[in-house]
Amino acid sequence: MTPDRQHPPRMKDAVDLTLELKPYRSFTLDNGIPVYAVDAGAEEVMSLEIVFQAGNWYEPANGIANAVNSLLKNGTPKHNAFEINEHFEYFGAYLNRNCYNETSTVTLHCLTKHLPELLPVMQELITESVFPEQELDIYRQNMKQRLEVNLRKCEFIAGRLIDEYLFGFDHPYGIYSSAEMYDALDRGDLKSFHERYYVNGQAMIFVAGILPADLEASLNRIFGQLPLNRTPLPTILHPVKPTLEKKHFILNDPDGVQGAIRLARPFPNRHHPDYKPAMVLNTLFGGYFGSRLMDNIREEKGYTYGIYSHIQNHIGQTAWMVSTEAGREVCEATIREIHHEMKRLREDEIPDDELMMVRNYLMGTILGDLDGPFQIIGRWKNLILNGLDSQFFYDTLKTIREITPQELNALADKYLREEDFYELTVV
Amino acid sequence: MIKFDRFTLSNGLRVIVHRDHSTPMAVVNVLYDVGARDEEPARTGFAHLFEHLMFGGSVNIPVYDEPLQLAGGENNAYTTNDLTNYYCQLPAENIETAFWLESDRMLSLAFSEKSLDVQRKVVCEEFKEHYINKPYGDVWKIMRELAFEQHPYRWMTIGRELSHIEEAQLEDVRRFFFKHYRPVNAILTVAGNVYTDQVRELAEKWFGGIESGERYQRNLPQEPGQTAARRLEVKANVPLDAFYKTWHMSARMDPRYYAADLITDMLGGGGSSRLYQSLVKEQKLFSSIDCYHFGSLDAGLLTIEGKLVKGIDIHAAESAVETEIEKMLKDGVTDKELQKVKNKTESIMAFEDMSVMSRASSLAFYELLGDASLMNEELSKYRAVTTEEILAECHRIFRPENSNTLHYLADAKEA
Repeated sequence: MTPDRQHPPRMKDAVDLTLELKPYRSFTLDNGIPVYAVDAGAEEVMSLEIVFQAGNWYEPANGIANAVNSLLKNGTPKHNAFEINEHFEYFGAYLNRNCYNETSTVTLHCLTKHLPELLPVMQELITESVFPEQELDIYRQNMKQRLEVNLRKCEFIAGRLIDEYLFGFDHPYGIYSSAEMYDALDRGDLKSFHERYYVNGQAMIFVAGILPADLEASLNRIFGQLPLNRTPLPTILHPVKPTLEKKHFILNDPDGVQGAIRLARPFPNRHHPDYKPAMVLNTLFGGYFGSRLMDNIREEKGYTYGIYSHIQNHIGQTAWMVSTEAGREVCEATIREIHHEMKRLREDEIPDDELMMVRNYLMGTILGDLDGPFQIIGRWKNLILNGLDSQFFYDTLKTIREITPQELNALADKYLREEDFYELTVV
Repeated sequence: MIKFDRFTLSNGLRVIVHRDHSTPMAVVNVLYDVGARDEEPARTGFAHLFEHLMFGGSVNIPVYDEPLQLAGGENNAYTTNDLTNYYCQLPAENIETAFWLESDRMLSLAFSEKSLDVQRKVVCEEFKEHYINKPYGDVWKIMRELAFEQHPYRWMTIGRELSHIEEAQLEDVRRFFFKHYRPVNAILTVAGNVYTDQVRELAEKWFGGIESGERYQRNLPQEPGQTAARRLEVKANVPLDAFYKTWHMSARMDPRYYAADLITDMLGGGGSSRLYQSLVKEQKLFSSIDCYHFGSLDAGLLTIEGKLVKGIDIHAAESAVETEIEKMLKDGVTDKELQKVKNKTESIMAFEDMSVMSRASSLAFYELLGDASLMNEELSKYRAVTTEEILAECHRIFRPENSNTLHYLADAKEA
């Protein structure tokens, strides 16, 4: 049987696939905490994530929200940090914390059979963490040291500065850490932030995996009786104050052999009608391995190991960004080529076969991304936290299938203009 | 229990099929039995550079990625010191596209001068990004050369130096391909929403006609047992002093491997591990510390690495590490501590097995080790390890003459 190698086998266009976002089951605990659950999977494992409205949006001083989130595990009146860690680790469980701008999370991954041993300790951390002074000292010292190492990396500096240019240092999306910030962390501030935004905060719960039959009852017993979701959040406004100067160059390491390049412009959030079409245009521009940027700047010129564009994952006003690390001597040439690719998207007709590839690629990746309970709940969480529902998901699919080359050109003409972009190189 | 079917084509290509009809996707994974350990000392980094060239067009298909993306697929690859693995995931309906693509590049590459030229530059930028332009980026280059004198683990996958990559010639590429990238040296795993008969038919159709090639006979120089402790001090443009110490440990297929793996978790895996609790939290000598190994197929290294708190003398830090090891050698470990790291291992395996892609690459990996069904025996091997075996293994590993110590110090000028 000699196969025909000259022509691709017949394939089904991924745009014709039927994609479905598996619905969640939801219920509300006695105190009003909404719970979203996706019961699926083959392995006896699960995740349970509590999302608090406790991001750096609400902090009274820089670094507090992150420190509270990070040190939740470091001591209660009943258990010290070692005992808490040992408890989770003994059951092969992971308790991760993450702090974002609007929210912060406490996430448990465990074998389903161990959940009853773990939930009470999770509750203890949320309600009774004491942030011992010596734990805060170690945190300060180690975070300062980690920062010092990171400040030697051009991409780390570039990532901070480009956000500052876009949003201003006083905005939660633009602020960043410093040694002085860590020195100024005050235990009293940590405790009152915890009291206000965790103990008496606003929470949502997302669970996924193979779930125990008594999930609702045990969540109600453990979390449903806490004083959560009673006190409304304060209204805090953070005006965006972008930097005026658009072009920046920073020499951080005179011996550096590469430059970290960031080009970015403000972009509206998911509720804007341009957002969904922009996801398609972004893919074409720099969002996947076959993108224009990757094709030209890596695969044609060899200036970089990788170059990508993306729309930042912000709930409020966001940004559209190109990022790469390129050889020091080709940084300027790289920026010229990025501008050139923007121009082509504005002015030249986008070939049908290229657009077809992007449509199929996006549909295929969405299908692949929906594979597994953690992926499904992750997509739901993103929709819910952004105030969206499944309509956004299905409308996105429709945009991917139907958007025309002309619409993409028009969108590029509106947004991919080099004069609107901040431009930063850090060597 | 991961179920699979297995057959071998007449050209020697081993095929594994793992069915999972709960997913709409299929994964096609091709593992080639070649890694950086198979390179010549004067041409290091070649296996990895070659991995890049595998995307630069094959004999009938000018660009690998385009048809795959058109089929709604995604792909990537990685090279280690031991092996090279290529994988793609796509909607199961389009699985034949992956067979067409993967078989064509196993049949023959296009060997384009242009692709070689560009990928040399891309890999040089990768080298710079990860190993030159990063603080502590050259630690493993230094440590590998310190710990290995004979075995090709003495260089990193990316290569020993940029010039080896810059000097790669098309003829080298061709030779490497026909030596290593033959059906007889490869394992094809197909997983997801597929059927064994369907995979058998597709495998025969697309891969069956490819010339078998010669089975690569690996004959690597083995590392003689180390007989004297080695030490090295370097100064570098970094902000913090760092401490690295390695000991030779057993190969992946050695029954002792499991004890060594669990030892790394007890010493350095997580907030309740020995080193973290004692050296970071109680004594405040290190700002971070870790203990790990690479799971390499030949005898590899068990490593402790940490960054020192500023102002701490590295010799004081080192002797505190030694004290922790001596405690373990003297008192052994408790049942509870051992149970903890076994539970962690069980849980990691369950999480890994959630993804079809991970199941596919694990099956290929264990088939490379000799038998895909070893994958299902791993957990019981970990569970069987006793505290006595842990202690005995500690005594075998943590011998001073088996160790390599690197003090990687912040250049005083920098402070």
